[in-house]
Formats: sequence, C-alpha cells, structure tokens
Amino acid sequence: MSELASKQIVAQEKVAGPWKEAWRSFRKSKAALFGLAIVTFFIIIAFIGPLVAPFGMNDQVLSNRLQPPSAEHWFGTDDLGRDIFSRVLYGARISLTVGFSAVLLSAVMGSFLGIIAGYYGRWIDTIISRIFDIMLAFPSILLAIAVVSILGPSLQNALIAIAIINVPTFGRLIRSRVLMIKQEEYIVAARAIGMKNSRILWNHILPNSMTPVIVQGTLAIATAIIEAAALGFLGLGAVAPQAEWGKMLADARVYFINAPWAMVFPGISIMLTVIGFNLMGDGLRDALDPKMKN
Amino acid sequence: MSKVLLKVNNLKKYFPIRTGMFARVTGHVKAVDDVSFEVYEGETLGIVGESGCGKSTTGRTIMRLTEPTEGKIEFDGTDLTDLSNEDMRKIRREIQMVFQDPYASLNPRHTIEKILEEPLIVHGMGDGAERKKKVMEYLKIVGLSEYHAKRYPHQFSGGQRQRVGIARALMTNPKLIIADEPVSALDVSIQAQVLNLMKQLQEDLKLTYIFIAHDLGVVRHISDRVGVMYLGRMVELATSESLYDKPLHPYTQALLSAVPIPDPEFQGDQMLLTGDIPSPSNPPSGCTFHTRCPFATEECKQKAPNLREIKPGHSVACHLYNDQ
Repeated sequence: MSELASKQIVAQEKVAGPWKEAWRSFRKSKAALFGLAIVTFFIIIAFIGPLVAPFGMNDQVLSNRLQPPSAEHWFGTDDLGRDIFSRVLYGARISLTVGFSAVLLSAVMGSFLGIIAGYYGRWIDTIISRIFDIMLAFPSILLAIAVVSILGPSLQNALIAIAIINVPTFGRLIRSRVLMIKQEEYIVAARAIGMKNSRILWNHILPNSMTPVIVQGTLAIATAIIEAAALGFLGLGAVAPQAEWGKMLADARVYFINAPWAMVFPGISIMLTVIGFNLMGDGLRDALDPKMKN
Repeated sequence: MSKVLLKVNNLKKYFPIRTGMFARVTGHVKAVDDVSFEVYEGETLGIVGESGCGKSTTGRTIMRLTEPTEGKIEFDGTDLTDLSNEDMRKIRREIQMVFQDPYASLNPRHTIEKILEEPLIVHGMGDGAERKKKVMEYLKIVGLSEYHAKRYPHQFSGGQRQRVGIARALMTNPKLIIADEPVSALDVSIQAQVLNLMKQLQEDLKLTYIFIAHDLGVVRHISDRVGVMYLGRMVELATSESLYDKPLHPYTQALLSAVPIPDPEFQGDQMLLTGDIPSPSNPPSGCTFHTRCPFATEECKQKAPNLREIKPGHSVACHLYNDQ
C-alpha cells in the first residue's frame, strides 16, 4: 500500500513538457513511426553511405556498361559502367543535404519575415505580404528555373532556388500564426508585465509559432527533394559526375528500354524518402497541432 | 482619507470604425467616454457593468495596453499619458494586472517557475539565486508548493492557475493591481478562495486594487468603493455600503434588483429593464440610459448628466437628483 502511494507521488512529480506529450501521441501512429524509420534509415545512409559503398561514386569501368543487377553490382551499372548501388548511396547524402538545407534556409527567412509582418502589421505587413503574393503567383518550379537561370546551374544554386521559392509558404504560415498568438492573453500579460517587444517576439511569440513550421518543414523537405531531383533532371541542378538522384534519372532516361534498373533504383530512392518525410510530417501534424488536420 | 494613488481624469477611448476600400474612418466605438475617478492607497475600487460597457477597456487603458484617446491618468504623481513607451514599460513594475482567463493568460510553453521569474528578469531585479528564492516564496504566499514550480500551466486547475496569475502580478512588488474579472472564469467554490486570497494579500502587502467584474456579489465582497459603468460612462460611484443599501441611479437599482435572493418565499419588486444595451458606436443622445430608463424625462434626452456628489462619498450621474 505504502509502495503504491510512493509510486503515485513519483508519478505526480514527473513533469511532462509539451514536447514529451507530443512524442507520446506521435508514437501512437504506426504510419508516422514507419515514416520516421524510413527517414532515419536514409539519414544513416547519408552519413555512412560513402564509407560502406562497394565502389566509388565515379569509378568508371567502360567494359561493364549497363550491366543488369548481379551479386557484384546489386543495382546494376549505368552507361559509364558505374555501380548504381554505390551512386544511390552517395546520392542520399546529396538529396538529404539539399532537402534539409533548403528547408532550413527558407524556414529561417520565412519565419523572420512572417514574424515581422505579423507582429508589427501596417505597411510592413503590406509590403511583405504583397511580395509573398507575387512569388506565389508563379508556379514554384518555374520560379526555381528562373532563379537557377540567373545564378547558373549548380547544386548549390538549385538549393538556393528551392529555398527562395519556399519562403512565402513559411512566411504566410508564421504570419497568420503570429496574428493569432498576438491576441492571446498571455501576450497581453507579457506587455502588462513590462516586457520589451523584442523579448515578447523571441521568448513568447516565436516558440509558440514553431509547431506549424516544424510540420510544414518536414513536409517541405519531401517537396524540396523532389524539386532538387526535378532541377537535376532538367540539367539545372547537380552537374555530372555528381550522383544526384534526379540527375541519375535524367542520364539513364535514354537507355530506359535496355537498362531500366539505371532509372528504377534512383527513382525508388526518391519515392521512399519522400514517402518517409510525408508520413512523418503527417504524424507530427497530428501530434503537435491537432487543429491543423482538415 | 488616505492618499490618492491613481487619478483618472476625463479618460476617453474611442476605437475607429473603418469601412470601405480605403479604410476610411466612418465612426467611433466609444468604449470609454469621459470617465473620471480616483483610487486611494490601500483601497479596492470595484468597477461593475454589463459586458461591453467599457470596464475592461478602462483597465487596459490605464495600463496603456491600449492607448487612451483623451484624458489624463495620474499615478503616484506621474502622468502616464505623457510617458514615452520605454518609461511606461518601466512603470508597469508598479502597476500589474491579473487577467480574466487563467487558461489563456499563462504561456503554455513555460514552466510556472519561468513565468514567475520573468517579471523580475524584465525589470532587472535580483540575481539568479535571489530570483529563484523569490519565486518559491511567492508560490507559497499564493498557496502553492515548491514542487509546482517545475510544472506547466496545463497541469493545473483553473483556480491554481489564477493563483499563479496573481503571484506573477505580485512578483515586482507593485503598488496597484488591476484585476480584470479575475474570478469570473472560475467555479463558484473556487471564486471565494481566490477572493479571500486577494483580500489577505491586500492586507499583508498593502496593495491597492481596481477590481473589474460583472458579478455584483463578488464586487460587494471585496470592494471598499464601487463604480457602476454603462455604455462607456461612469453612472454611479459610491462606497460599497452606500451603493448596495441605497442605489441612486436607476440603472444601478435595476442591476441590484436582478441579483437573485436566496429565499424562495421572497416576493420583492423586481425592476426589469426593457430593450437591449444600445450600440456604443451610436449612443443615444443626452443621458445614454434614457432609452431604457423608466423615469426618463425630456431633459434626459437632451442633456447628458455629469457625475456629481449627492451626499458624502456617493456620486451619481442622473438628472433625477438635480435638486439635491
């Protein structure tokens, strides 16, 4: 009996913060956990891929061109006799790096602009919001192509282009969130206490606006990976001999009838990563912000 | 009488109504319209009225959470309306606020300790260890325990949260606390606890309260003087006993007669008001209450009455008492 009582006290003392509670509800969704597993798997590959790859990214053996999958070359070889399995492993690092950095960049820029527009309002809001509207008026891939055309085709410029086209999405999301939170009584209370605007913005409004950004960020990584692959496919992203998945698709396109494996494996990799991030994003959305579900 | 701590003179707060494509100002909502009163050190001034009568706006305008349109707010000899934003921010240390909704007024992502420590950090009071000590001290003062400090607001009941809200308001040792309906979101049984806590704190810490509420019983329990507001105006201001024993303004009389009396045999005369509260964007001419007042005369429709002291400590804004 006393043991039970002391157990209850311990349970009472345990503090469940907002993050722990979110994890608890995230754990309940099998799909979300599956997504998390895929994402973790690819992240691990991105880190250790080049170490475990049986061949180098650019080891060309021209006598071994377009070999079907075999014990030596699990995913077959491409038109230059390069091992596709190794290139897919290398590609994970490129795609995830582009996805994460582009989204991080656009989330930071978008959050900054969105917070300023939402909190200060008036003409600042008008200017920032109109710029977002203009950017959103273009189809995003077209805008990305335009940006890359200006900067010149390279993986880094593709990353910048993807970051830029995602800024308005984050900006609008944060702006509307800030408009909502600004009205909350704890923000009025913060002002009544005598807090400076900067402190209210960074300590109160920003942390409370972050949940939709995390959700949107996870989903945006999936889109960014596709966009990077698309730019690579169009010859506007990664340049040869980089083992970028989209670029690999583009290169293998010509031999598709004779050597489908050269296209199928990078394609499956793109698909799996994107599904992983989407499932995880959906799970996060349900866990962090049940109201966003529609 | 003790010293005047807060003096509000002809305070007005008009919210512009904007319509049309170019957001032209087409009118004003007169949320607070020419309100004057004084608050003495150590007393509790209750402000009552229906929802939308401007009582909360009055409280927020005193703290300049919304900027006053006109009027003077003199706190401890300083005119708050003249202060720069930065000076106003600093003086908020002396005037704190307790909010209506204890579920919304605490940041859900901060622990209680962080919430209580923040006012001290903001006003640069004490070092880390001193602040922690003070947080614990005030947690106990409002009837919570030290182990509550590490918890988040959602782990508390409404009454406990309101205790946290009160503790937060006390952290900087303010002179004046504006309590904006601090108990109206709580269960009746909890209301009494929180009210008694506030009374106790007032005695111990020599606080001055402006207590805003719509519940006449609650206001009577805690207030020394009570002001009644109707459509942005103060219609009656009197000591608590005087107001509840012999209300002068017809609106106050109607409000008091609407308070239920816990006696099934009681057959009193109820004074029922007809009609709705008029829109504050287009208030009636003259006395704003004349549309619903059973005693309204021609004069009431023409001329707005001023708040006048009819007998010691009892002021009313009504033409019925013109010859007194």
